[in-house]
Amino acid sequence: MFYIGLFITYIFISNIVLTQFLGLCPFIGVSKSSESAIGMGMAVTFVMALASIITYLVYHFLLVPLNLTYLQTLSFILVIASLVQFVEMVIQKNSPSLYQALGIFLPLITTNCAVLGIALINITEGYTFMQSFTAGIASGIGFTLAIVLMSNIREQLDMAPVRKSFKGVPIAFISGGLMALAFMAFDKALLANLLG
Amino acid sequence: MATDKKTIITRGLFKENPVFILMLGLCPTLGVTTQVVNALGMGAGVIFVLIFSNLLVSMLKSVIPSNVRIPAYIVIIATFVTIVEMVMHAYAPSVYQSLGIFLPLIVVNCIILGRAEAFASKNSMFDSFLDAIGMGSGFTLAILLISLIREVFGSGTITLFKIGSFDGVIEIPLLYTYPVRILTLAAGALALMGYLKAFFVWYGNRKRG
Repeated sequence: MFYIGLFITYIFISNIVLTQFLGLCPFIGVSKSSESAIGMGMAVTFVMALASIITYLVYHFLLVPLNLTYLQTLSFILVIASLVQFVEMVIQKNSPSLYQALGIFLPLITTNCAVLGIALINITEGYTFMQSFTAGIASGIGFTLAIVLMSNIREQLDMAPVRKSFKGVPIAFISGGLMALAFMAFDKALLANLLG
Repeated sequence: MATDKKTIITRGLFKENPVFILMLGLCPTLGVTTQVVNALGMGAGVIFVLIFSNLLVSMLKSVIPSNVRIPAYIVIIATFVTIVEMVMHAYAPSVYQSLGIFLPLIVVNCIILGRAEAFASKNSMFDSFLDAIGMGSGFTLAILLISLIREVFGSGTITLFKIGSFDGVIEIPLLYTYPVRILTLAAGALALMGYLKAFFVWYGNRKRG
């Protein structure tokens, strides 16, 4: 039951983009077409799940025993950067079709603050191994949900009559604000009602 | 490059403002701007990291092999971010608490990596230093503007540092009783950013004629 709650929390209630402001750059930058939004979302989910696991292991089995927890930022970003590089190489070698779908998004993920963000959130919340993994996947799905919704809105907006100075990024931000407003309907009380 | 020293500084402030024009570093821009003091802390952190990473990248530009330059830049940046984290934890614990996760996230702030890649790796140390000052101040100005709007209208206060008997919070009479609460929430922040960006686009177009 706890895991279902964790899932719902990270997809809807504290959606990583719309309530925590992480990963805004790709949310605005890669949401012009729904195809690339889905690709980016999948790549982020994949890397986030892996990064949650590996940063958990690095933190609890390397940094804590050696008393080096102050190096967490440095070691996490290195882990994520090399992980992304590694994933890119593996996919390129083993699955060319998947590489074509995700390839161009992978290098962008290193500097996506959502990935490092969720790794740090896992540590500050004191999650166990399984909980970190769940939070990683759920945040990835939350990110995918937000960016896919956004890309669909923007495809519609391209055809709508928008004032010249609002075209493109400004109207995307305002739509994002309205989405965040809608997501406010998902709160802790809703979770309590759902899970009893 | 034939750009003179003055343009290097001023273009970061207005013409190439990292937040409003280049749209870089958006996450901390919206994440920490609920209080003015957080924006100041964030700005100071970013300026510090930007200056030292630009200096070091520019100094090492002939040493770092070009195919591992991005990881090398990230290590340089992460080192200075860790220093900022430790210094803030020791001397400004309340700001450290409220910046929370956004402090370590300076590492992935695209402004810093962007300037290392686009400017410091090609220019002299002094020019990179000036560029860091300009871009850093541009970022700080932008988040200061956003945090002022969000705090003054959203909660009717201006939170600054605690000095002596002054508790650091200025209350604005009418707005304190009837704040526009939405501005402190995520939805208001995103919409405000949209309107500000639209204003800058409009202003840019008007000036060009």
